[in-house]
Amino acid sequence: MKHCLHYINRYCLAVLVCVALTNTVNAQTETDALMIPKNYFCAAGVYTHNSWDHYWEGTFKRDNGNLGTVSSNIYAVGGNYGLSNRINLLFMIPYIKTNATAGTLRGQRGVQDINLAVKWMAVKQEVGTGLLSLHAILSGSIPLNNYEADFLPLSLGMQSKSIALRGLLNYQVGRFFVAGAGQYVRKDNITIDRDSYYTTEMHYTDQVAMPNVTNFLVSTGYRSLRFNAEAVLSQMTTIGGFDITKNNMPFPSNKMNATMAGAVFKYSFSKLEGLELTAGGNYVLKGRNYGQNTSLFGGIYYVFAVKKDKSEK
Amino acid sequence: MKKHILHILPVMMVALSVFNTSCKKEIEERNQLFPALAPANLDLDADTWTPVLTASSTFTVATPDAITSPNYLADLNEIKSYQRNLTREQRDIIEYWSAGSVLRWNEILRELVAKHNVPPYQNEDGTYPAPSAANPLAYPLFPFSNPPYAARAYAYVSAAQYDALVQAWKFKKQFNRAAPYTNDPTIKALVPKSTLPAYPSEDAVIGGVTAKLMELLFPGDLDFIQKKVAEEKLYRIMAGANTRSDMDAGEALGKQVAEVFLTRARADGAGKAGGTPADWKAFETNTAATGQVPWVSLEMPKRPPMLPFFAKVNPFLFSNATIPSIRPPAPYPTNSPEFKKETDEVLAMSNDRSREHERIVTYWADGVGTPTPTGHWNTIAAEEFVKHKYSEVRWARNLALLNMAQMDAAIVCWDAKYFYFNPRPTQTLFNIKTLTGVPNFPSYTSGHSTFSGSAATVLGYLVPEKADAFMAMAKEAGMSRLYGGIHYRSDCDAGLASGIKVGTYAVNRAKIDGAGK
Repeated sequence: MKHCLHYINRYCLAVLVCVALTNTVNAQTETDALMIPKNYFCAAGVYTHNSWDHYWEGTFKRDNGNLGTVSSNIYAVGGNYGLSNRINLLFMIPYIKTNATAGTLRGQRGVQDINLAVKWMAVKQEVGTGLLSLHAILSGSIPLNNYEADFLPLSLGMQSKSIALRGLLNYQVGRFFVAGAGQYVRKDNITIDRDSYYTTEMHYTDQVAMPNVTNFLVSTGYRSLRFNAEAVLSQMTTIGGFDITKNNMPFPSNKMNATMAGAVFKYSFSKLEGLELTAGGNYVLKGRNYGQNTSLFGGIYYVFAVKKDKSEK
Repeated sequence: MKKHILHILPVMMVALSVFNTSCKKEIEERNQLFPALAPANLDLDADTWTPVLTASSTFTVATPDAITSPNYLADLNEIKSYQRNLTREQRDIIEYWSAGSVLRWNEILRELVAKHNVPPYQNEDGTYPAPSAANPLAYPLFPFSNPPYAARAYAYVSAAQYDALVQAWKFKKQFNRAAPYTNDPTIKALVPKSTLPAYPSEDAVIGGVTAKLMELLFPGDLDFIQKKVAEEKLYRIMAGANTRSDMDAGEALGKQVAEVFLTRARADGAGKAGGTPADWKAFETNTAATGQVPWVSLEMPKRPPMLPFFAKVNPFLFSNATIPSIRPPAPYPTNSPEFKKETDEVLAMSNDRSREHERIVTYWADGVGTPTPTGHWNTIAAEEFVKHKYSEVRWARNLALLNMAQMDAAIVCWDAKYFYFNPRPTQTLFNIKTLTGVPNFPSYTSGHSTFSGSAATVLGYLVPEKADAFMAMAKEAGMSRLYGGIHYRSDCDAGLASGIKVGTYAVNRAKIDGAGK
């Protein structure tokens, strides 16, 4: 078991945060292929800093002297519980503070949305010299706070309930692996504080139909008992939505696409069993109605047994 | 391993079904629920009501064909051929327009205002390009339908619709030709039946006059406007409510009335309201010379002030010479303790993170990409008027009163803004943060408060049982600017007071225009 824990805890909770014109925290706890064993719990605290000073209005890339650099600091707590060796339950709650260095708009602060996920290792099979696994992840987000969604780019989030399905395929040979994942996010309508709004036409309602989103990623890297390094390329695509017209304000139902490159590093201590540190970053290479964000994060994880699993020897 | 594969399918099925049944996507918008217009009172005496500009004008409408003439029978056959197999899309057109022509054109106008209410993006050298009416489709698109521009657009369209309908009512009574569904019992009425004479069609009059004015106001959107006119004409014919000759006569009359308003609009001073760089500088130096801190643009790069000479535009309800009598008293001097106290209050609002304040600020913000504050009051008015089943002519008259008041409120407010040229709170105290964008013009008085004071006064006269509610809304709209950190309290109070004065001019007009309440 001790060996197993060594191996697992450095993957207990990977959090990639992607930030559009707003702070859509995708607690992509499901981006890795490893599981926490039954009756273990992994507690996590993650800090993320996002910032951008250029963004795309439709496909037009610009800066904005009335915003300067838009940034957010995100403090998240989360956990992962091993319901069984094949099913993990995860959650994450972020607290966000936003700021713009120019102009007068007031930054926002507060708790955003809870992200919940069930991660199921459906297949684990030796193929050739390596190990192939397939995970299915059902996740959802629910706003925990009545924050204002319609205050982009400084709002805490989109105030949208969502549900997402992800498939993740991982293949590992020795200490090297490659992985690919696809996700479809379905979003609920949101309510804004206005009684009408214009997208490409007028709408006389306070309800906004939010476009769905797909995420695809490929990652590859090195995994050892103490150290892990991983490179990730991801693509977020909004299905539908509309472009920000030139010099207009962003709106929650805008099309928001981004191609991002990132890296994740993890280290776990031999002397402090169960403790792990992680750090990484993410950069938007190309976007649409999206900020060219640089994201840096660092986290601390601690894994411990909740109760003795009788099936474990 | 096999066991697990057997699990995959059912688990995925459950997950997919949860996935597919979650998250609402359908939205029913309020304006889709408006019922077909069935006027409680046809206002048959509307031919005697006082029009805005056309009291002494003479218009011509051709004498209609007799209902036994081959032309008229051909028109009836056209209706029957449509009614034989209406498509779903055609039924949707009927349902949409049947809520009322003045109402739908008002919505279309609000939509165009919102589409065009975006300030131009800067040039490379930090200056700003100006939209050109001569080249409306080049960037920046013409117009930039900012609040004063929009207020004027709503006023012209509403006033012209009202005058056109007063004229239409005269001809309707003169020719007294009934609707097709009355003249031919085999024609179905797909809208509520009316005994109002059908020639010329009031819907076509509205379409004709509105489209003509929109050609001036939104010249880059002719395609969209003409499509709406064609759709509206088709609607009346398909619904069995008018013949093509009713529609053609109405559209022609509408265009004639439009000419009177277009002549006024081309000479009302709006084209010169932007001023020149020398003018913009003069406001600053003249104000500084009086010892007051002058307003400066807070935008990066600095943007020219919005329509500094809008106060020279001709109002509808009084003359330009009357404006100084409505102008509010001078704001607190920028070096006075009262000014300091008000600035501190704005800072306190900026530090107050009340969610209710955020809600109020956003609800009334009506900024970039919206129909503007005057458009918001049109929405409020329209949703109220729907409940009262007004005739088309009363709809037009009531919106004309509302929108002439709001345009004149814009003139009075812009007069105060550029007469006093007072700085915004965020210019005075740098640590004030705002909950909405800071408008690019001087602070005193608040435009929202002035528009809202005028609108609430007019609506309160037209619907007295709601007068207090409208005034409470106007006050909230004004306070939203203080909560948002972009206005001092006195901007809002003084704006509301002068808005009420302007609104009273409209009420006084309403009392003697022959229409009563």
